[in-house]
Amino acid sequence: MSQTLEAYLALSAILFAIGTFGFLARRNAIAMLMSIELMLNAVNLSIIAFGAFIPSLNGDAAVIALMVMAVAAAEATVGLAIVIAIYRNRRTPLVDEYTQMSE
Amino acid sequence: MTLPTTIPLLGWTWNDLLFLVLAAVLVGTALMVVLGRNIIRSGLWLILCFATLAGLYVLLGNPLVAVAQVLVYMGAIAVLILFAIMLTQTKGGPAALVFHHQAWAAAIAALVLGAVLAIVDGVSGWPLVGPFMRTSTELVATLVFSDFLLAFEIVGVLLLAAVIGGVFLAKREDDQPEQQV
Repeated sequence: MSQTLEAYLALSAILFAIGTFGFLARRNAIAMLMSIELMLNAVNLSIIAFGAFIPSLNGDAAVIALMVMAVAAAEATVGLAIVIAIYRNRRTPLVDEYTQMSE
Repeated sequence: MTLPTTIPLLGWTWNDLLFLVLAAVLVGTALMVVLGRNIIRSGLWLILCFATLAGLYVLLGNPLVAVAQVLVYMGAIAVLILFAIMLTQTKGGPAALVFHHQAWAAAIAALVLGAVLAIVDGVSGWPLVGPFMRTSTELVATLVFSDFLLAFEIVGVLLLAAVIGGVFLAKREDDQPEQQV
């Protein structure tokens, strides 16, 4: 019943929408990065679902998902390092207080 | 004793039940990550969210990606995020205002995006869909080192660059005293 491509893609869409809301609405820079991870995971879930239900994509989808994971790890490293570097100067992780360039 | 092939009262297969439970936990933990006031708790819910996704990958017949999910996301990225939270924790505890004032607009945007994706998912019909297939690790290994060899090498270089960039950005510069704002 629920083991269909549509069910997995709908779940992936819900997860992506939740991640979008978190990215747009949270004030904390690290919470925004966590929301980006949620969105990347949603995309990965849809890629794996395509690989499982479309025979011509069977092996390729797993390889692409692993590449996405590696890029996500690189993104998390650099993003968190940037947040820590900004925190060292401004003493706050809240993105709406980074107003130095508009002053 | 063997399990019956379908769940006694409901008539579902066991995979359906597993999918529904994992999907419910996934959406619930993702909402806790996004809506929670305490950011450390958000980070801990994120770990459970990643674990649920690993379960879904197993359900999709892809054990290699599930193991990679546990190693990379739960083992590395979640710990990295928790460390960053602890390094940037302000003294006054969690901030009173977690969301921007424009959070209602973000909620509308997210709802519209989710609805558009769900509608596209529902109406496309997916003509290429075939029978459900498990992914063998042997096939993935063969592909990584034949068709995707260039991408594999580039990802290696990218990770090296990310490591160097992360160390460079987070490094404390000794000659500059810390600013107190």
